[in-house]
Amino acid sequence: MMHYVSEILPSLISGTGMTLSIFFWTVIVSIPLGILVGLGMTTNFKPLTWVINIYVWLMRGTPLLLQLIFVFYGLPIIGVVFQRYDAALFAFILNYTAYFAEIFRGGLQAIPNGQYESARVLRLTKWQTLRRIVIPQVVKIVLPSIGNEVINLIKDSSLVYVIGLGDLLRAGNVAMARDVTLLPLVLVGIIYLLLTAVCTVALRRLEKHYSYWR
Amino acid sequence: MLELKGIMKKFGNKVILDNVNLTVADGQILTIVGPSGAGKTTLLRCISGLATVDGGQFLLDGQSFDPATNRDNDAVIGVVFQDFQLFPNLTVLQNVTLAPTMVLKKSGQDAESEARTLLKRLNLDGKADLYPYELSGGQKQRVAIVRALAMHPKLLCYDEPTSALDPDLRKEVEQIILTLKQEGMTQIVVTHDMPFAKAIADQMLRVEPKQA
Repeated sequence: MMHYVSEILPSLISGTGMTLSIFFWTVIVSIPLGILVGLGMTTNFKPLTWVINIYVWLMRGTPLLLQLIFVFYGLPIIGVVFQRYDAALFAFILNYTAYFAEIFRGGLQAIPNGQYESARVLRLTKWQTLRRIVIPQVVKIVLPSIGNEVINLIKDSSLVYVIGLGDLLRAGNVAMARDVTLLPLVLVGIIYLLLTAVCTVALRRLEKHYSYWR
Repeated sequence: MLELKGIMKKFGNKVILDNVNLTVADGQILTIVGPSGAGKTTLLRCISGLATVDGGQFLLDGQSFDPATNRDNDAVIGVVFQDFQLFPNLTVLQNVTLAPTMVLKKSGQDAESEARTLLKRLNLDGKADLYPYELSGGQKQRVAIVRALAMHPKLLCYDEPTSALDPDLRKEVEQIILTLKQEGMTQIVVTHDMPFAKAIADQMLRVEPKQA
């Protein structure tokens, strides 16, 4: 058995590479975008909040799987052609930005108005208030919810199989179909568990780091 | 000297402040008293620029100014909020030095040494590196006062400074306010605590609820 494991491990590891690459780029791009879109949702500029609400509704209201298919197979119809990998990233970033934006909106609205007022009478500018007072507090508030989404993202990344990308789950599937054994999928499960465990520990650390104030 | 002439404030059709006129001379203490809902806090919010007025004029040392838009360094109005509104993510020292460094562009060192002097004067020795959640109510209030003072306000406003404190701490606030007065600070205090108001006031303004 160990022999078989060592035989399929390289393909699983290369699949893990794809999974991680989707994961990292989505996190790195979606979180800052989510902050911006979340800020947009809290403005009083109606047309903007309107557009954002429709966007968020679309992204949260339809399956990510469907969005992936639309981006890769649907957009070429109107002349927008993505490579498989780019299509996957585009769909994931679009989707996760919507979720992160909702989380940040909630966090922003949790900051009492008095904090803005007290910054205002000290004559801090809007930007200074945001950067030094609001965002640090929002980050602490949203961290557990962001962590939840980040863990989800690791597993959601397996959806890229639908547009033919070779991620971890697909690598396991291929080995299972070829060798008629469930063992590859057990390994796949273990690798996902390891990835989420690392994330969980990292997030706990981060939460602990922010526990110096309340 | 602060003068208010014919200040009007409405919420929708409801008139909250109708033709408020008052003068606070330099170094004097004005208390604004009256029942809940009479518009005391609203008046204070108008003076400190957190609410706009629907009519009337503000004069500071004879110069007309609009607290709601004023960004001029020479006409600062400090505010101590009822619930203090310290920034929970910053230490006591950072709470105090944030605005002096970012708004007045003081160097970190200058701001810090001034902040430490002020903290010491208000009996907050050794609290500089604590976070607001580690302070008692009275200490939080004193930090809020120090934070306002660090911006060198011409006028310091308090909204219900005794309401969140234990009765025995009232004396302490009274003492702080009177000490600041001796140093020449002009102060406006909104309160519904009559004995407290009488103890500190040079001048008392009674605000009554308006009929809609």
